[in-house]
Amino acid sequence: MQAQAPSPVATAAASLSGGTEVAPALAAARLALSRDLTLAFRKRGQLIQPLAFFALVTMLFPLAVSPELSRLRAIAPGVLWVAALLASLLALEFLFRDDAYDGTLEQYALSGQSLTWLLFAKTAAHWLLTGLPLALMAPLAAMSLGVAAAAVPGIVLVMVVGTVALSLIGAIGAALTLGMKRSGALLALLTLPLSLPVLIYGARATELAIGGTSFIAPLELLAALAVLAVTLAPLAAAAAVRISLE
Amino acid sequence: MRWTWFHRLASPPYLYALAARLTPWFAWPAALLILGGLYAGLVLAPPDYQQGEGFRIIYVHVPSAWMSLMVYVTMGVAAAVGLIWRMKVAHAVAASCAPIGASFTVAALVTGSLWGKPMWGTYWVWDPRLTSELILLFLYLGFMGLRAGFDDTQRADRSAALLAIVGMVNVPIIHYSVIWWNSLHQGPSVMRLGKPTMPPAMLVPLLVLLLGFTLFFAAVLLVRVRAEILQRERAARWIGETLRA
Amino acid sequence: MSAFLDMGGYAAFVWPAYLVTLAVLVLNIIWARKSLARALQAARRRTAAAGEDS
Repeated sequence: MQAQAPSPVATAAASLSGGTEVAPALAAARLALSRDLTLAFRKRGQLIQPLAFFALVTMLFPLAVSPELSRLRAIAPGVLWVAALLASLLALEFLFRDDAYDGTLEQYALSGQSLTWLLFAKTAAHWLLTGLPLALMAPLAAMSLGVAAAAVPGIVLVMVVGTVALSLIGAIGAALTLGMKRSGALLALLTLPLSLPVLIYGARATELAIGGTSFIAPLELLAALAVLAVTLAPLAAAAAVRISLE
Repeated sequence: MRWTWFHRLASPPYLYALAARLTPWFAWPAALLILGGLYAGLVLAPPDYQQGEGFRIIYVHVPSAWMSLMVYVTMGVAAAVGLIWRMKVAHAVAASCAPIGASFTVAALVTGSLWGKPMWGTYWVWDPRLTSELILLFLYLGFMGLRAGFDDTQRADRSAALLAIVGMVNVPIIHYSVIWWNSLHQGPSVMRLGKPTMPPAMLVPLLVLLLGFTLFFAAVLLVRVRAEILQRERAARWIGETLRA
Repeated sequence: MSAFLDMGGYAAFVWPAYLVTLAVLVLNIIWARKSLARALQAARRRTAAAGEDS
């Protein structure tokens, strides 16, 4: 299956000699992105799992707490963010696993292209496949918890920004635990403490959005975290992948 | 600027001998300062006008909390030195820091909640300081867990070092987000710490203890670093020569 | 003396806090010395074994 996918590095080199205007690192990153998306769509079953998990966790709360919508509405922001955090943690296992097994990551590291950009592209693909669907599904879960439909755009916006940060922070943890046999609990132990600020600002912004008031202040803080993660996390992930290949 | 001292520190036999020689110079002052500070805190310092004798927990809580943070920063700096200059002994220092820091984080949590009971009426309150301390404990556990996950020492060293650096960048972010979170849900912390109006009779024992704990950390760290170096350099010839001498 | 031990009614909180901190201090000393002793012992065994070989 892997063999049929175009090697981004080789194609990037080819497109370079063809005289494209795009910087080589960006070209390679774009190809890595499209490769990951192509591969993912061949294994659609894997994509459903985090979403199903998210829905399942959300469903636990009415059963465990109370079916009263007024009570559920009060805890809805917390439920949504805890479920999103756990679902994105679950999805992290797929981020680098296959590429570490079949040597693609090693090829990336040896390709001479910027590993930081290639990993950024991989994480972006991962976010498109898990973070974005989670954000789009969040309103459904929210409405099942008694949240008014008017809050939907706000919830989606906050979730989109928050899941970007979560995917990138998670990429560091996934890269650090590469090659470990039983990394599940450790991955959670590494990633969750670092994700707490995202949880705090995300849940607060969602709470305000559900209440129908301005949620711009926590959203700005959340966006600042996302920007910081975009700039620093790929660097850290690339360093971690290099360490794992030494 | 001469850098020879830095290069000499990077040599395991030199650091091993230096650590052995320096340990008593930190250990004895630490013992004197801690015993004197505890006596002054328990007996000489006047009771607080609001919290009565209960405030004396400050003399064990604040030094423990200070240790939990200071050790983490030391660990992060050592890890960064080890990662950037590929200095093996720096990784040994970082690895030695983690259990010390984690144990004092536990002490800070326990003493904090023992202070909380008379002040708040419950042993645990989601106070920003206690919450940050709890998160710090998880950061320590993550560092140690990641080290334990690898059989290869070099891989463990470098991966854990990277995690420590990422953690150091994140500690202030986590701390401020926790303060921000807390300010939404309740008033400012009830715990009064480091108040500038603290009278000298109360403040001096605290400062003595802070210094004593810091020296204590240095002494314990030096002993642990020696053990780490011996373990890592087990194949080296200098160990046999040092032991026979 | 009993007034000192009573800690103005806070005895149940002050003394356990001091006890826990002292325990952490003592345990740190014990753990550090133990790990050094173990490493030294292992190193001595190895040097002795190497000495017999040569």
